[in-house]
Amino acid sequence: MDVFLQQLINGLTLGSIYGLIAIGYTMVFGIIGMVNFAHGDVFMVSSFIALIVFLILTAWLGISSVAFALLIVLVVAMALTALWGWAIERVAYRPLRGSFRLAPLISAIGVSIFLSNFVQVTQGARNKSTPPMLEGGVVLMQSESYTVFLSYKQVLIMAVTAVLLTGFWYLVQRTPFGRAQRACEQDRKMAALLGIDVDRTISLTFVLGAALAAVAGVLYLLYYGVVSFSDGFVPGVKAFTAAVLGGIGSLPGAVLGGLIIGLIEVFWSAYFSIEYKDVAAFSILAIVLIFMPSGILGRAEVEKV
Amino acid sequence: MTVLTPANPKTAEKIAVGREAVLSVAHLTMRFGGLTAVNDLSFEAKAGDITALIGPNGAGKTTVFNCITGFYKPTEGMLRLAHADGTVHLLERLPNFAVNRTARVARTFQNIRLFPGMTVLENLLVAQHKPLMRASGFTVLGLLGLAGYRSAERAAIEKAKAWLDRIGLMERADDPAGALPYGAQRRLEIARAMCTDPVLLCLDEPAAGLNPRESAELNALLRHIRDAHDTSVLLIEHDMSVVMQISDHVVVLDYGCKIADGTPDEIRSDPKVIAAYLGVEDEEVERVEAEVGIGHGEAGA
Amino acid sequence: MADARTPGLPDILRDAGLYALVAFGLCIPIIAYRTDAGPTGLELTPRWKLVAAFCAAIFALRVVQRLILARRDARRALTPSPAQATEAVQGEPDAGQRVSKLGLYAFLGVALTLPVIATTASGGLGPARYWIDLGILILTYVMLGWGLNIVVGLAGLLDLGYVAFYAVGAYCYALLSTTFGLSFWICLPLAGLFAAAWGMVLGFPVLRLRGDYLAIVTLAFGEIIRLVLINWTDLTGGAAGISSIPRATFFGIPFTADETGFAARFGLEFDSMHRVVFLYYLILGLALLTNLATLRLRRMPIGRAWEALREDEIACRSLGIDTTTTKLTAFALGAAFAGFAGSFFSVRQGFISPESFTFLESAIILAIVVLGGMGSQVGVAIAAVAMVGGPELLRNLGFLSAVFGEGFDPNEYRLLLFGLAMVAMMVWRPRGLISVRVPSVSLGERRAISGAHVSEGHG
Repeated sequence: MDVFLQQLINGLTLGSIYGLIAIGYTMVFGIIGMVNFAHGDVFMVSSFIALIVFLILTAWLGISSVAFALLIVLVVAMALTALWGWAIERVAYRPLRGSFRLAPLISAIGVSIFLSNFVQVTQGARNKSTPPMLEGGVVLMQSESYTVFLSYKQVLIMAVTAVLLTGFWYLVQRTPFGRAQRACEQDRKMAALLGIDVDRTISLTFVLGAALAAVAGVLYLLYYGVVSFSDGFVPGVKAFTAAVLGGIGSLPGAVLGGLIIGLIEVFWSAYFSIEYKDVAAFSILAIVLIFMPSGILGRAEVEKV
Repeated sequence: MTVLTPANPKTAEKIAVGREAVLSVAHLTMRFGGLTAVNDLSFEAKAGDITALIGPNGAGKTTVFNCITGFYKPTEGMLRLAHADGTVHLLERLPNFAVNRTARVARTFQNIRLFPGMTVLENLLVAQHKPLMRASGFTVLGLLGLAGYRSAERAAIEKAKAWLDRIGLMERADDPAGALPYGAQRRLEIARAMCTDPVLLCLDEPAAGLNPRESAELNALLRHIRDAHDTSVLLIEHDMSVVMQISDHVVVLDYGCKIADGTPDEIRSDPKVIAAYLGVEDEEVERVEAEVGIGHGEAGA
Repeated sequence: MADARTPGLPDILRDAGLYALVAFGLCIPIIAYRTDAGPTGLELTPRWKLVAAFCAAIFALRVVQRLILARRDARRALTPSPAQATEAVQGEPDAGQRVSKLGLYAFLGVALTLPVIATTASGGLGPARYWIDLGILILTYVMLGWGLNIVVGLAGLLDLGYVAFYAVGAYCYALLSTTFGLSFWICLPLAGLFAAAWGMVLGFPVLRLRGDYLAIVTLAFGEIIRLVLINWTDLTGGAAGISSIPRATFFGIPFTADETGFAARFGLEFDSMHRVVFLYYLILGLALLTNLATLRLRRMPIGRAWEALREDEIACRSLGIDTTTTKLTAFALGAAFAGFAGSFFSVRQGFISPESFTFLESAIILAIVVLGGMGSQVGVAIAAVAMVGGPELLRNLGFLSAVFGEGFDPNEYRLLLFGLAMVAMMVWRPRGLISVRVPSVSLGERRAISGAHVSEGHG
């Protein structure tokens, strides 16, 4: 029971991070129907931005308040990563709109290879570990053999995720931008005819997706304290799995899927084997796509004849 | 490769031969979620006839077609197809592709589905996949370049040429199908379906978008198919000049139900059809329908 | 994004300034500060000069690009091109079409005589080794590209896990030869069969998926196979891989220096290069076999069914074509060729590990197929030379370190440029170098079909 509770906490924390990345996949897929393969690497880039900004703030400027530093890191990382998202869409995807179907996917694979190698070249291939940013926590339950520990990091991660998702939900459901975005999802041509600036809406979608990935990147760095240039691929695929599991195109689905994937990964590692945890994630991806391609909250697709 | 087997013993049975129904639809119902697109529909298409399925937009005609050709599995009902040799196939039990391969039902589509990047000739050869596949020993023998396959391919090309001649596209045999004008694409799609040697040919609005001259050519083509081949025709059409001129039998659908069934002359004078289909004021339609006892309740697609 | 009006210089400068500003935003802090492990944790090294140089370069490039574009637009405005009258499809005359006829023979000629050319040019078999090895590498990718072309180019099924079958072939030879001592010539067909069987097993559940979903599932399968290879240490040796795999023999005669060896039997002086040259012709033969099989299959009913499937799956079903079986044959056949290539890889290297079968390899092979032009055999060969040979050129650009200072290793930038090239290719020529399709049969003269008509498949 106590092991279970501890793993539940760990799983929800990890799942929050996956959920934040998954939103980027699900929104982009919803609006232009492409798998933004580079999204995982955007997440990795944001982690590096966060790392460097954090070092500047603490080591050079000598800011001692961790909360204040983290807030600045979060804002700066979101802004700069959003710029990356915007630039990528502009350079690699926009010229391909209306081109043949495989082109954006291949372009995205190219961007993904570029980003991870860009970071490798500019920052070196080694793992970067940070000093612990936030320590401590509360003991929830104590028995003789096992202690269930809820760290402040985990509280922060889950709280930030919850707050941001609420704000984001409001943005998509209640604002003109959200309406434009949902209209573009339904029918881009018609939306354009009704005076919606489709290009701008798509750009904004990428910007928002990247900003949320940046939040995930900051939280990832905070949680694990280590990042490397190759850290984009596997979390990216897992987040994509989350998006598909939740039903691609559905925002609550992405978060739900993220939590489920996080829990499965943590429990799998705890109870079965840690070596095969990625195999488990990839298998879930395959199984979900084959047996329930519309996911938990997605709409079923009917074949038009 | 799936080896071609004679009709499945479970779904096939011998029946008495005569001028029988080639297709009998019995109690066909198709629901999408809560929407009933086709409701307890029964009709027959006689062998050697051109049967027309008409009805206002959204009456469920294309859904009936998709059920017959295996693209949809009907919610309820039986679709029975009889070959001239007496074999019977239950279409609703066959996998999609087998409706053409085994039961020999061919179809065209409302919005043309050719292979646009392949030439006109290639389109007609793809349709002869089954005999060519057998002749090539399921690719293995053909790869070795045996003569059997080469002669089979020549025969297939001859057959394609005969159809190209018939539909007047001989000149354009080597052009990509996607580059043909609309009317020619329609004719090519019919020729392609005919290349599969069907017992029943289902045409989904073959005259849509054709000008009067092309429409007349289409009529001639369909009559030729009925008279010169062992193929019965079932067609959906809005163009009444086509329907009335060439069909031997007309079935009228409205809101997923059959409201009339008979020769073109009978249909022309049927008050229910006139009310429901041939243009009466909306309120009057409702009044007439109330009289004959058809509700608006469950309607759609 | 060319404006209708002619932009003035201030406009251009402002636009370029904007570009430089964005570049600046992207540079900080990733380029501006380098993190290095120091004695007390990570340390930052500022590199603002590099950032300034980078932004200046972007500014200059954009100005030049705008000036060239402005000229071109002005010229276009004066002479309306016929393309403007029609819809905006890739209707430009196809460079590849002209190249393909001549290129085919040139390519074949060079491929057949490469060992001779390289030996004469570099003055001996030993010095020619670099070129022959490069030839082997390129031909391996040509073969993989041609194999994947059956799946992606002809049948229109997007496979991102192709490298898995390459791995199956490689491990198949490695394990059979080290465990049972089977010879290469027995293992080669077995590896093909085994990979094809895996293709069937993995293909069967996924082939009803469409488009991007199929791509992602195949990617997942590819990764699963790699992870299993890493973790199943008892069988595969784990991340350490399998070493001392038996070398290739000349149909049973080993390439050794003693009197039973190849050199002694044929009265030649012993040279370790004999084996390399033999390997070269082996992979050339395998690649040509792949090509021949593909060209023949295209004219068979199954090949036409593949292409029809790529064009319109629903129409295929209405014509009685069993789409599942048809897709499965394409998938299995593509996998079989990858299996052949894999067992060649393992006999050539003598050592294999899961490192060689990462997702990046799949991406490279797919990029070769797409850059070549889907379905075009010559295009794929040209693309393989460009994608595999091009980065090799980087190795030889030693003079660059004189420009960029010591410690500059051009090879580090190989994958970075590779990623950029993939994006640029898609923007410039999304349908690949040779986008025309040659019909499989014709009544009159065989004419190529413009890529604008050809579909790219749905799955």
